[in-house]
Amino acid sequence: VASEAAADTDVVPTVPRTRRWRSPRKKGGGEGARISSVLYPRWYWPSFAAPATVWLAFLFILPFYVVLSAAFGTVDLFGNPLPIYQPWYWSTATFQDILGRFYGTDAFYRPALIRTLVFVPAASLLCLILGYGVAYYVARHAGRRKGLYLVLLISPFWISYLMRIYSWQGLLQPDGLVNKLLGWLHVVSSPVGWLQGRPSTVILGLVYGYIPYMILPLYGFLDRIDQNLLEAGRDLGAGPVKTFVRVTLPLSRQAILAGMVIVALPMFGDYFTNDLLGSTKTAMFGNLIDNAVESPGGGPQAGSLVLMLMVLLVVPLLYYLRSTKRAQEAA
Amino acid sequence: VSTASLSVRRWWRDPWRRPRFLLALTWGYLAWSLVPVLIAVAFSFNAGRSRSAWQGLSLRWWIGDPTAAESLLYRPELRASVVHSVWLAVATMLIAVSLGTLFAIGIDRWHGRGPGIANFTMLLSFVLPEIILGVSLFLAFIYLLRDVVSLGTTAQILGLATYQISYPVIVVRARLLSIGKDYEEAAMDLGAPPTQSVRRVLLPLLYPAIFASAALVFADTIDDFVTVRYLCAAASCEPISVKVYDAARAAPPPSVNAAVTFMLVATLLAISVGFVAYRRITREQRAGPAGRDFIGFQV
Repeated sequence: VASEAAADTDVVPTVPRTRRWRSPRKKGGGEGARISSVLYPRWYWPSFAAPATVWLAFLFILPFYVVLSAAFGTVDLFGNPLPIYQPWYWSTATFQDILGRFYGTDAFYRPALIRTLVFVPAASLLCLILGYGVAYYVARHAGRRKGLYLVLLISPFWISYLMRIYSWQGLLQPDGLVNKLLGWLHVVSSPVGWLQGRPSTVILGLVYGYIPYMILPLYGFLDRIDQNLLEAGRDLGAGPVKTFVRVTLPLSRQAILAGMVIVALPMFGDYFTNDLLGSTKTAMFGNLIDNAVESPGGGPQAGSLVLMLMVLLVVPLLYYLRSTKRAQEAA
Repeated sequence: VSTASLSVRRWWRDPWRRPRFLLALTWGYLAWSLVPVLIAVAFSFNAGRSRSAWQGLSLRWWIGDPTAAESLLYRPELRASVVHSVWLAVATMLIAVSLGTLFAIGIDRWHGRGPGIANFTMLLSFVLPEIILGVSLFLAFIYLLRDVVSLGTTAQILGLATYQISYPVIVVRARLLSIGKDYEEAAMDLGAPPTQSVRRVLLPLLYPAIFASAALVFADTIDDFVTVRYLCAAASCEPISVKVYDAARAAPPPSVNAAVTFMLVATLLAISVGFVAYRRITREQRAGPAGRDFIGFQV
């Protein structure tokens, strides 16, 4: 220990007090880790992270436990839901009841699940096709006006989702501007009931709501692609389409997958797009949860549905977290 | 081969031709994404009750007739909800930004197994659909924590801060990465003890990221209607966003357009104030690409 202390004073001879804070480590995380662990006491950095960690433990992890306890709970004498906090007493009655609404003869929840499984991939794919084109143009061809384009692309982030969908609700009214425009162009003879539970309206609403989250990561990625690679493709005789298909597209595979996950995750929990632009005929999984929360004593049902949604989302979630971690490590 | 098809072929082969289709797509997209919002803003100045048929210009839905109590200014519950929105946003911003900044610093410097788990949890709270977090907090506050915190303003602030805490973490961590450890180590070489090297060297370097994330959290909280709606039991704790959401499900008058326009202005104001502060500070610093901190995640 004495020799280590001597080594430390060699590193920072002007700070004799460091000896008090020194915490010898067996394994270090590289140069930076060595220096900071030498200069700071062992508890120093963890104490910075502690408040938020405690906060998350009580208000993020603990509520999940309550979700489990409510979903696997029981009812009291008066029929009110009673969560059970001891796992060994958990009952799966409510959960199985909810699960039974997805299959079997009385599967009145199934249409909402099927709609979710159709709407979300369709909307994500539309986001990708549209978003890729826009991101590609801004990354490669915007030139001097890149700043302007970026501000315009970012601005939907600063406009609330609620307002964006609300705006469309006004435009899609029977006497709204969309119907007026279509009538004026003689595309339709009588006003279309866009808001009366049309899957196409809800899908386009989802695309409209979430496409900014697709464009920006794609832009960030396409902007970083080495121009030399594209020029090499051209020099070797590939046309613009072939260069795109053989060089740009394979390079952006990761970004495409990440973008799809980024837009699809919130769409799976979305209930408000359908609430404002659709009807019960286009209800999605999120609407099931929202309805359960709003009905009195619906806590256990809501909890069970939330658990099912999480199971549904585990794979894309883990994929996203892993790719984020990789990106952080690479940086 | 005709000359027309030859010229088409030459145009197609020209590596420097302007991608007209993509240009049209981009401007079409931008118009599609922004024009509806501008139209909704315009209809808040409509003289009539409709939000789809223009009946002349008026400020009726903004500051109109106190006796009719139909304008944003004179409908008591709308005014109260605006105040409540701002209060929620300020409280959430203070909590989430301070906790998140400290967390980001701690996680960035603390090596071992602990930070990995804490960081995973943080990212999870960022990517989970908001309804999952909202429902689990709702259940926690009506069952387990019923006697500690019941549904209401406090629950709303606790929930919002939990949902927003990851924004400052992500923005501040990105900034920490670009700063590196040189400045801090220089400070310590010059004799600064740990508290001083953080407070007087590291923290000032982080101000841009802190301002940026404060603006983001404020703006996002003003707009939030998922978590707050579940965590509020009474009409008195409904922020303007929830009022708008509930109204939009019925037949909303243009005063709701005025309300969403107000939210838009509040958001843009928060972003602008944050951005001006950000630019003032980064002017003298070795800054990253300006403004990138103003999006929720890394580009």
